[in-house]
Amino acid sequence: MIRFVVARVSSSLLRRKWLALVGVLLLGVPGMAAAEGGKPGAAPAWSFSGPLGHFDLASVQRGYAVYASVCSACHGMEQVHFSDLAGIGLKAEDIQALAATRQIADGLDAQGRVQRRPARPDDRILSPYVSPAAARAAHGGVVPPDLSRIVMVRPGGASRIYGLLTGYAPDAQWQEGKGFRNPYGIANFTAMPPPLHEGAVKYADGTPATVAQQARDVTTFLAWVSAPHQDERRRLGVGAGLYLCFLAALFMILTRRIWSHVRK
Amino acid sequence: MADETPSRQQGNAGAQQADAGPLAFARAYADLPLPADLNWLWTFGAVLVAILGLMLASGLFLALTYTPDAGLAFSSVESIERRIPYGWLLRAMHMTGASFCMAALYVHILRGLYYRAYLPPRRAVWGSGCALMAMLMITAFAGYVLPWGQMSYWGADVAGRAVATLPLVGGWLGRVVLGGDSPGTATLHRMFVLHFALAFVIVGAIALHVAVLHKRGSSSPSGHQPTARGGMLPFHPYFTARDMLAVVLVALAFVLVMGLWPELIAEPANYRPANPLHTPTDIEPEWYFLPFYGMMQVVPDQLGGVLLAGGAVAMLFAVPWLDRGGRVGERAPVRLLALALLVGAAVVAACAGRHHAQGAWLLAGRVAIGVYYAYFLLFLPWLGGQGLPLTQDDGEKETSA
Repeated sequence: MIRFVVARVSSSLLRRKWLALVGVLLLGVPGMAAAEGGKPGAAPAWSFSGPLGHFDLASVQRGYAVYASVCSACHGMEQVHFSDLAGIGLKAEDIQALAATRQIADGLDAQGRVQRRPARPDDRILSPYVSPAAARAAHGGVVPPDLSRIVMVRPGGASRIYGLLTGYAPDAQWQEGKGFRNPYGIANFTAMPPPLHEGAVKYADGTPATVAQQARDVTTFLAWVSAPHQDERRRLGVGAGLYLCFLAALFMILTRRIWSHVRK
Repeated sequence: MADETPSRQQGNAGAQQADAGPLAFARAYADLPLPADLNWLWTFGAVLVAILGLMLASGLFLALTYTPDAGLAFSSVESIERRIPYGWLLRAMHMTGASFCMAALYVHILRGLYYRAYLPPRRAVWGSGCALMAMLMITAFAGYVLPWGQMSYWGADVAGRAVATLPLVGGWLGRVVLGGDSPGTATLHRMFVLHFALAFVIVGAIALHVAVLHKRGSSSPSGHQPTARGGMLPFHPYFTARDMLAVVLVALAFVLVMGLWPELIAEPANYRPANPLHTPTDIEPEWYFLPFYGMMQVVPDQLGGVLLAGGAVAMLFAVPWLDRGGRVGERAPVRLLALALLVGAAVVAACAGRHHAQGAWLLAGRVAIGVYYAYFLLFLPWLGGQGLPLTQDDGEKETSA
């Protein structure tokens, strides 16, 4: 609260200075380029990209719906708990309900078989496979990657993932030993079959579930999962930055005044 | 340190008169006379203290959740980032702090080199500072291993191998560092204890560094000690105000990097959990170790690379003996040029490390090593070897004449 008052008091002069500072810093920032044009599956402008971006939470929530009904059939998000979804604006009851729709492995029963039970909010969003070996066996030698930090760790980030989801040729065929042709895959191939289909997901808010819309939403969701506190961190950066500009101005005045008695 | 020159008049004179006690200590500290011509580069000591304070504070809280176990370390860090209240902020401060600390340290050292702050009577200040630098580097490295991402694991692996190349004790020392033949839980325990314990050793060493500085008096841009009392100003309020301003300006840069441009300092590959079966294509350390990593890579012989990279750091310890103190305060443009070449060489070596010493970078990296060492082994002896002042009583006068 105080820092916003301070920010207002600090007048347009400081604000201009801050903007100039930001402008200078912007010059050196990598990875700010917008979507690449030309290729099929060119990504939309992401609300969360750039130093002052923020997540479109409606899109993040729709993205969870896509994840839950499509991606989660193969991919887990090991580091994420269901309760973490409070960050996308879900209420505790909603989280409890949607956790309960998923079955997770819970130890072995007396016969040594894997027991399953409905998930609880403090459970991790695990891969559906009991082990990497099981996943590998089910997918012809490939383990579907964990999605906890996928947007952060994959070169190309959100736009690459959007491209991968939408960049399949219309009649993509499995090619033995290579996978599906996709310009956004590693060496132009990916082992993932085309995951998104028109209308395969039903959005609660009535948004038409086109492939592009689903890809956009799920990518936004995955970007949020990779950096769940990004909005908060950026807000803090701006607020604390403004406050420190003000403080620096005060110290500048103080220093000049103290040193004014010293002849150079 | 072999400083025979007695401590000068501008030493901590107040401490002798006043009674012991925190108040008297603070008063003596505040009254410390400093040369009036100190410029902004002399604020980086205060900046370093501020950053290290932040590192200590945030690190203590991070240690409450962090678990040094190969199976748990990565997810304990993830839970700090995702679930612990303001854990993301603590970790962001600690990560940004590491980069800022090393950056401020390098500025602080380069300032000392340029203004030749290592000359008598401040050899002990320089020596304690070099020891601090070495400890900070070890602490930074140990800290980087802790999150147990891919770069942590393979960085520890590279460091273990580098240590193991040393003759005689290498193999044994490598196993001591890693706690086995490859990084694992034992490595994490070692690194965690090292990281945590060294932090407090560093606090003690800073106290020593500052105490010696007060005893010997501050260096100054002119290189000469102002003899008249008129050339001096008390630490408070003149330099406290300026130091505070510098700290606030660095804090501003800090929050902007931490809040808005974290990708400048974060290594995405380290958000993949450590996988001993999958070697990443690009293993590279944090930016502050890249010059030394580059030097290690461009030398064909493994042991030679390790020794040259380690020697690049060790050179700094030897600086007070390489520069014999002639031409004090002279040839500023030449000194600046030489320092620019030194920094340039470090940057080229860093680029060579980044590009894995491939193609032209191999040659550039080797040239950079030559330029880097030339600063210490050719330039400093040349600079200090002539025109030694007659007042110097270091016993080195005859040899340099």
